[in-house]
Amino acid sequence: MKALRLPTGGRVDRSRVLSFKLEGRALTGLAGDSLASALLVNGIRVVGRSFKYHRPRGVLSSGIQEPNALLTVGLGGRRTPNLSATTVDLHEGLECERQNGWPSVDWDFGSVLGLFSRFIGAGFYYKTFMGPTRRAWMFYERWIRRTAGLGHATHTPDPDRYETKHRHVDVLVVGGGPAGLSAAVAAGRSGARVLLVEQDAALGGSLLNNAVGSDDDRCLRQLTEALTARSNVDICLRTCAFGLYDGDTVGMVERVEQADVLPGAAREVLHVVRARQIIFACGALEQPLVFGNNDRPGVLLAESVRVYLHRYALRLGQKVVVVTTHDSAWRVAMDMAAAGADVTVVDGREAVDASWLEQARQSNVAVRLHALPVQVLGRNWVTAIDIQSTHDGRHERLACDLVAMSGGWTPTLQLTTHTGVRAVFDTTLGLHVAGSLPAHHTVVGAMSGRPLASLAEAHLAGERAARQCGAQGEAGVCVETTFSAPPLMASGVRTSVSSHAKAFIDVQSDVTVADLDLSLEDGFESAEHLKRYTALGMATDQGKNSHHNGLRILAERRSQALGALGTTTHRPPFTPVTVGALAGRSVGLHFRPTRRTPLHHWHLQNGARMIEAGPWLRPWYYEWAGSDVGTAYIGEMRHVRSAVGISDVSSLGKIEIVGPDTGTFLDRVYVNNFSSLAVGKARYGVMLNDDGTVLDDGTTSRFGANRYFMTTTTAQAGEVMSWLEFLLQTVWPELKVHVVSVTDRWAGFSLAGPLSRAVLEKAFPQTDVSGEKLPHMGVLETEWTGLPVRIARLSFSGELAYEVYVPADAGVAMWTHLLDVGAFADIRPYGLESLASLRIEKGHVAGLELDHRNTLDDLGLAKMASRVKPYIGQVLSQRAELKAADRWSLVGLELIEPAGKLRGGAILFAANDRIEGHGRGYITSVTWSTVHERLIALALYQGGLSHLGEEILCAYPLRGEQVRARIVSPMFFDPKGERLHA
Amino acid sequence: MATMNTVSASGPISSNLMLRIPCPHCGLRDYSEFRYAGDAAKSRPALDSTDTRAWHDFVFLFDNPKGAHREYWQHVQGCRQWIVLERDTATNRVGHAYLARERGRP
Repeated sequence: MKALRLPTGGRVDRSRVLSFKLEGRALTGLAGDSLASALLVNGIRVVGRSFKYHRPRGVLSSGIQEPNALLTVGLGGRRTPNLSATTVDLHEGLECERQNGWPSVDWDFGSVLGLFSRFIGAGFYYKTFMGPTRRAWMFYERWIRRTAGLGHATHTPDPDRYETKHRHVDVLVVGGGPAGLSAAVAAGRSGARVLLVEQDAALGGSLLNNAVGSDDDRCLRQLTEALTARSNVDICLRTCAFGLYDGDTVGMVERVEQADVLPGAAREVLHVVRARQIIFACGALEQPLVFGNNDRPGVLLAESVRVYLHRYALRLGQKVVVVTTHDSAWRVAMDMAAAGADVTVVDGREAVDASWLEQARQSNVAVRLHALPVQVLGRNWVTAIDIQSTHDGRHERLACDLVAMSGGWTPTLQLTTHTGVRAVFDTTLGLHVAGSLPAHHTVVGAMSGRPLASLAEAHLAGERAARQCGAQGEAGVCVETTFSAPPLMASGVRTSVSSHAKAFIDVQSDVTVADLDLSLEDGFESAEHLKRYTALGMATDQGKNSHHNGLRILAERRSQALGALGTTTHRPPFTPVTVGALAGRSVGLHFRPTRRTPLHHWHLQNGARMIEAGPWLRPWYYEWAGSDVGTAYIGEMRHVRSAVGISDVSSLGKIEIVGPDTGTFLDRVYVNNFSSLAVGKARYGVMLNDDGTVLDDGTTSRFGANRYFMTTTTAQAGEVMSWLEFLLQTVWPELKVHVVSVTDRWAGFSLAGPLSRAVLEKAFPQTDVSGEKLPHMGVLETEWTGLPVRIARLSFSGELAYEVYVPADAGVAMWTHLLDVGAFADIRPYGLESLASLRIEKGHVAGLELDHRNTLDDLGLAKMASRVKPYIGQVLSQRAELKAADRWSLVGLELIEPAGKLRGGAILFAANDRIEGHGRGYITSVTWSTVHERLIALALYQGGLSHLGEEILCAYPLRGEQVRARIVSPMFFDPKGERLHA
Repeated sequence: MATMNTVSASGPISSNLMLRIPCPHCGLRDYSEFRYAGDAAKSRPALDSTDTRAWHDFVFLFDNPKGAHREYWQHVQGCRQWIVLERDTATNRVGHAYLARERGRP
């Protein structure tokens, strides 16, 4: 059966033929087609295989509720699985494939599963893979994962751009159907800033379902003309509002038109909208009927048949049976008859309005009242339907090539429930409607459950919302319309009879009436339990096609009123959202801000290989020392130990602290004393968290009576700054202290090695940097070409070393100056890897050891703590548990087996331990020692240095390695400090 | 829209639920510009207090109230001020906010 494209009508552009490919097969459609209508016109009947039973499935709907026609669209990095063909606009060159079939969707091996379906009913996983049979899961998992599921995502990077827009509006109107348009017109005329959002590619909603040129069509034109002329009304098409969040924030995602074609266009845009008033005009969704084989291709929602007819000029069948329990499907019958089809209406009600019967007679439409569908025949497309009279139980078989079904309509309430306002059951309407919403939220149109109240009420709602935002303009009168809509649902009507064939409640999760009965039998009776036991409503359509029928049948089975059952919880997103849209520009290096030092470009131009260090990009190693990090860092280390090296340490946190109480403040923050620090001196300090663990370390210098300069580790800079501000603003607001982050203000270099003083003397000939004037831990301020310079004699490496600070703008000039004057000493730049390795040799702790779990004792720093003044963390640091002798504390390790490797993260065991569990500690940092010519490490080990000299085992289970190492002092190099005092 | 002087979220603005915090300096700002730092109603022991139990309770024990809560937030990507914010933990409704350093002033 090929759907017939009618020679006239529809909202497609017959002059623009578009080519596209399905699984490599070349097909054509028209501009204005959706991918679904294009597939149908090409005779593609089976669009996918079902999730569990691999039954053939065809297009069910024409919009966002589509559960079956999920295709993978795009190639390479643009490949996107699980897109509903009903919402994908056809465009030139589109490539797509169907999903969940092997070897193909047309000939699917998995469909034999249908034969075993009695074994894979509801709760199959729970029953089969629990208790003693649980191990079976290991065996079957791969097989199950292959047969169940949807499309496959790509593993190649997405080449497209995704954008985020933040918008603030007075009135947000969600939905561009007649009610939404009417509300937007009134709010817009009143002068409010209005945003109208519509998920479809065109405005109109249900008005688009009617024949071109009809009265409804004229109504649509009037409404859109009234809107598009206004500059204070913004319209977003192809944009779905997927979530309502706190603060009246609405998340929306826009599928950008022709993103594939337009260079530089974002593929999708996430709109984060904040609105003062929200008008919900989300319409209603047609519900399927439940009968045997109601999932077969060729069984569509009735109104969708009308959409394909009037919007895409497609007559989907020649011999049509319309099965329904209420009025709206009768329009479908009349329209299909007018399009030349042979139509029968099967209505479950005892009687229908006489005007329908009269229209049916005139249109030659056959009618069967008080009859319900039993089952459909045909496998890959429907061939006939069996119906049964509710009076005498008589069966009748109607041959057909299309079944249009309608179980009524349910308001699209999902968005209103996202912030916790539950839907309530309206017994008059026989429907769930929105619960009690805040005053600035209004529901209009079909979504209110009362479509007849529609346009005038929506107009008024728009005007009222605009007034609430202070808009005073004239809202005018509502657009005249002959628009009429039947009630959404006929209540008190029997909708189904029993059938031996599978009758699906949720086609997407493959949940049948039998599964629901089994769930009840197994004791899962509440709506929430039913959902979890059977997966009803848990597929990508999120119950749009199944929630209502599930509740309805559950109510029948339990002989309860539908309203008494409650509903399951709807959560965002309303429709699937790509991760790309949510991530926006926050990808790669933009995942968080990337910080570069003032010397970044110099590094790149001079052979540096960069590495991420926290938010910073820092030189890892320089190519002068080797072509890979393994050789380069050792070369750099040797150079520093034998001559002189220079390293960029601008990323260290730098905080200027001023005010008369600064000394007092620092005494409280640091475990050691800083008020006694002499001007012109620096001191190494450690600060604790309130709980007594180490927060951070660094040196702080005193440049004046009331002026200190604190440095922090690169990693903790932000944390320490925030902590100091917290203390000054909330705990001790009386202290006269100001803290200012000056990390970006100063470029900082470490100059290290036995020849460093000689370089400094040449660089600053006017300044006395001799050992007497600038001893270890001395600081001075000087000038260079009129710029302020701070020099501190500090050593991280254990060598004679200095830190030089200059204003960031002069960073490159000072750096090249030092390199120029240092040429005689063969000064070379060194990177982060060797910087860190030099400190390991010297036994300095750093970020890897300072993980907020260690105490001063653990790190061998206990002697720093003052005994005469209180400081933060002091009291809790004295807890018995933190003083226990068997805590994991800092040791040095020396590799004993030259063939082995020490690795960071290796788990440590005593020589006779069984190698299992968490061991007695772990290695934090590893380096090759140029002094000892072997691998050395810093580690935390139970009991620490009380095990000095012992041989232990380092296990690295990820590689199956075990090596022996000896516990030694963590100070591998110059333990007396002779070199740094030189 | 919020202006600089509509800092109290209990004003006429309808969007006074959450995700925007009325910073006393900067006006109503998105919560993503702030960092959260927990209960502001707890009293911190004096620095020279050696009462281990008091410090333990302060650092480790937290109430988890449903309803009114006073909490610390810092406007890290704005004025860097620490503020005390009243928030209802059940509804996310935000109330008054004031500078932490001004606590206790009349």
